[in-house]
Amino acid sequence: MRSVSIIGVGCTKFGERWDSSLRDMALEAGVLAISDAGIAGEDIGAMYVGNMSGGRFIDQEHIGALIADCVGLSRLHIPSTRVEAACASGGLALRQAILAVASGYQDIVIAAGVEKMTDVSSGTAADALSAAADREWETFFGATFPALYAMIARLHMRKFGTTQEQLAEVAVKNHHHGYLNPLAQYHMELKVEDVLKSPMVADPLHIMDCSPITDGAAALVLAPTEVARKYCDTPIKIIGTAQASDTLALHDRREITTLDATVHAARAAFSQARIEPSQIDVAEVHDCFTIGEILAIEDLGFVEKGQGGKAAEDGVTCLGGKMPVNTSGGLKACGHPVGATGIKQACEIALQLRGQAGKRQVDEAEIGLAHNVGGSGGTALVHIFSR
Amino acid sequence: MTTHSPRFWRCIPQRYRLTGTHCTMCNEYYFPPRTICPNCRRDAKMEEHKFKGTGTVVTYTIIHNATEDFERQTPYNLAIIELDEGPRLTGQVVSSKSGIKIGMRVRPVFRILGKEGERGIIYYGTKFVPIED
Repeated sequence: MRSVSIIGVGCTKFGERWDSSLRDMALEAGVLAISDAGIAGEDIGAMYVGNMSGGRFIDQEHIGALIADCVGLSRLHIPSTRVEAACASGGLALRQAILAVASGYQDIVIAAGVEKMTDVSSGTAADALSAAADREWETFFGATFPALYAMIARLHMRKFGTTQEQLAEVAVKNHHHGYLNPLAQYHMELKVEDVLKSPMVADPLHIMDCSPITDGAAALVLAPTEVARKYCDTPIKIIGTAQASDTLALHDRREITTLDATVHAARAAFSQARIEPSQIDVAEVHDCFTIGEILAIEDLGFVEKGQGGKAAEDGVTCLGGKMPVNTSGGLKACGHPVGATGIKQACEIALQLRGQAGKRQVDEAEIGLAHNVGGSGGTALVHIFSR
Repeated sequence: MTTHSPRFWRCIPQRYRLTGTHCTMCNEYYFPPRTICPNCRRDAKMEEHKFKGTGTVVTYTIIHNATEDFERQTPYNLAIIELDEGPRLTGQVVSSKSGIKIGMRVRPVFRILGKEGERGIIYYGTKFVPIED
């Protein structure tokens, strides 16, 4: 297997982009990434595009060919594949692109992600998202996504003494990071009381425990590490890529308060990278709900099981803390255009390792990690990067 | 979302009567029914099993903000319930005077679950109620 590096990154502004279509945003992110890498269309061997539900959000399927077409590459007939694993579609697109380069089958490959969510009502968007859960045995009985994570949160609180205040601390911290990220959907600081006073969505989760509905796109250019320096002064090496799956329904899991898919993907990625969790300088993790970040830092091995809430409370995961998590603002404050999220996470880590993360730069970041989850944990991806 | 009725007919035994499967090789019970036992795979010996339906609340939430199909029922309780034979499922807990708690004992009842719009079919299934001591 060949070593693979990131030679270009591009990310659009995340938010309610009523003036932009899925095509516009894919083009915007793609052009940014290609310009960043200094490559031409003719250099591209293949494209992988993460998109969860073009069919339900904009009535459009066949997203692979569409994106190649709307970014002006149709005459080059580049193979372009749409990749879907619910909220982990972006992370999975990245992995497919890595495998294509690592195998030697392709040289320069684009990994992109895009989702246009605000062309439908929020109710329709919630329905489309709930299709990532088990339609026959969860949503059929009235489950929603926040409800599934709320049931995880309730049991985590019961087993480990995690509090609603600790959950709120995750939102407060990620909004603080988002405030420093010009591309984030939200630029407002929060207080714990703001989270606790916000309307209840699925007890014990308030609306401010939940990631928003977002439009956005992100793209990466990958190349074999041996030639990466031809294109880029600071290529970012991908030293671990792993994917794991689990039961689709939350109730079927070995344990409700552990995402085994995350545990397995992390174990594989760390062993590939030959490093320990304690060596990670900066991480982007899947905080679709505040409890999601608490589970992630536990299941990735950054803190002991049950200590995630306390870590949030103690500021361990804040910029300036021992283990900064979600410096982009995370899904919570940067926004969560589902198919784009996994790619945006890798963009953020690449910027951090290049030393280009502006006001949210982690000092001397050398090794970073991105963690992307599909559904309530049916799919997890872990990628590890180094400068 | 509107679907056609065969999708509901197919699930009548499971949704109306909590019928699942039991692997006699490893003695594990499955709900909803599995054709393949994940423990024994091709060596599995599966038989049909009708669950008693009694179980315990493992965790729960109170939903205030639902999808379009369930909007009119809010707020409602949703729980993961562990059936006495072992498997877990997701379902609503209704008619409880004293709210809902982890560890609460419940039993199944036959209820309307929803209706697919003005012209769609009404569909039925199992909800749970507390077992009063």
